[in-house]
Amino acid sequence: MKRGVSRLQLREYLWAYTFLGPAFFFLLVLVVFPILFALWISLHDWSLIPRDFPWIGLANYAEVIEDALTRKSLRNTLVYTVGVVPVGMSLALVLALIMNQDRLPLRTALRTVYFIPVITSWVAVSFVWIWMFEPHYGLVNNVLGFFGIEGPKWLASPTWALPAIMLVAIWKGLGFSMVIFLAGLQSIPREFYEAAQIDGASRWARFQNITFPLLNPTIVFITVTGVIGSLQVFTPAVIMTTRQGEAGGPIDSTRVMVYHIYATAFRYNDLGFGAALAFVLFALILVITLIQLRVTQREFEYG
Amino acid sequence: MTATAPTQASPANGRTQLLGKGIGLLVLLIGGVWMLLPLGWMLSASLMPLSEVIKVPPVWFAPTKYTVGNFSEVWFNIGFWRFSLNSAFVALTITTCQLLTSTMAGFAFARYEFPGRTVIFIVILSTLMIPFQVIMIPLFIMMARMGLVNTYWGMIVPAIVTPFGIFLMRQFMLSVPKSLLEAARIDGASEPYIYARIMLPLSKPAIAALTIFTFLAAWDDFLWPLIIINSKQKWTLPIAMSRFTEQYISQTHLQMAGAAVMFLPVLFVFLLMQRNFIEGVAMTGLKG
Repeated sequence: MKRGVSRLQLREYLWAYTFLGPAFFFLLVLVVFPILFALWISLHDWSLIPRDFPWIGLANYAEVIEDALTRKSLRNTLVYTVGVVPVGMSLALVLALIMNQDRLPLRTALRTVYFIPVITSWVAVSFVWIWMFEPHYGLVNNVLGFFGIEGPKWLASPTWALPAIMLVAIWKGLGFSMVIFLAGLQSIPREFYEAAQIDGASRWARFQNITFPLLNPTIVFITVTGVIGSLQVFTPAVIMTTRQGEAGGPIDSTRVMVYHIYATAFRYNDLGFGAALAFVLFALILVITLIQLRVTQREFEYG
Repeated sequence: MTATAPTQASPANGRTQLLGKGIGLLVLLIGGVWMLLPLGWMLSASLMPLSEVIKVPPVWFAPTKYTVGNFSEVWFNIGFWRFSLNSAFVALTITTCQLLTSTMAGFAFARYEFPGRTVIFIVILSTLMIPFQVIMIPLFIMMARMGLVNTYWGMIVPAIVTPFGIFLMRQFMLSVPKSLLEAARIDGASEPYIYARIMLPLSKPAIAALTIFTFLAAWDDFLWPLIIINSKQKWTLPIAMSRFTEQYISQTHLQMAGAAVMFLPVLFVFLLMQRNFIEGVAMTGLKG
């Protein structure tokens, strides 16, 4: 059905496009176009030096499968994510549950304290933890030594460098997840607990049947955003390892996907392969996110 | 847990609860110490001469040896005054641009019905998923074409709009009652007036949250400046930190002073407006 557009309506459209214009224009130029351009680049042998870039079809993507360094970077990124997200989330949930108790002294002050690492710049944090992990002078090994444990060489050790970075990531992200959990916990109506208590439900039963299911959206949010963020880890993995020689070291034990992409494109001058790697990371993020949403929705559906 | 003591609670029950709370508090306090310890040590070490910093066992505090010499070294000699200005300029410009584009777009979605409204929103939503790494290579080539490599604008332009910002503002502004905007229009207010004088003040919590996220992300950004900037004059603080330490590799006291320069302004603003910070995080967590 066609109908005439009144002048008043036309005026309204004009205002709408005026307000929407700048954002949408820049989004098209700075996000939508670059995605298509990236796809184009990934199908070429492209470099920073201007020349004719030959079309090589899917050769860059084939290289992704063959390249050992790529496999290692993927592995490290996955290990990092699988370690950081569940551990960080569980710790944050426990802390939030403790903090959510009625009339807990110091609650606001503690919440502030846990949030301070969140607002601290990753670069600053990385430098501080380089020295925390310093095998000889560092606080971590000195504290371990106090308990009679000889600490590993952390960032200098191919075995311990990645776990060290994971510990920092957990430490830094804890306050963020905790605050979101607290908000989630506080949105659960109190009457539910009171009713359950009158029915004689134990603490654990209350947690299992009220808190956990009602917290599901929060858990989904934290795992999904946590995984997306972790798969894109870059700064600590670069800064904390550069001192040991090459970033991503020792022996590529902390080489993560984003650094791999960055190095491939801007240090080894292989923009085509770099773009292909970026799409592999994108696909990984997409697939894992979809699986997570599917699984979490099935498992906790109730009522 | 939020259990309020039921009326029939026995004294023993109350005591276990109190004990539970005590243990919980202890756990939180120990955790809290670990949250602050590294940062506290950073601040302490930033005031110590190197000889104190590398003592074994570590020195936590050495008030008698404290000096501001490290700060004057990084600030004046290494040039952190310049890098701080660069960082502040870039981060503030990015924040301003992003607030402008996001609130305007959010306003358009919340206020008007117009052809393409749904399609455009779907396009924006789908870009929300795109990781920056996918577009950074083409962006670099585009910046190079436009002659923006190694310029401030090269750092700023890719961040002047984010789908996240648009999405956040749209969600928030949709919850503002339309009747308020309608009333203003009946009173003869122009559309820009309704945007600036009615919608923006009503959206303060969302604006505060977006300001904080955007500024922190820009202040902390390492990857993009690393790609686009190559002259020392234009280093931002993250780049400066990573680059100056290549020459000052074992000068921990200077590195800690540099880290403190990055940390202290943010900490100061956080302590001033922590309610906005924490509410902002909670808000995006619940709405996202």
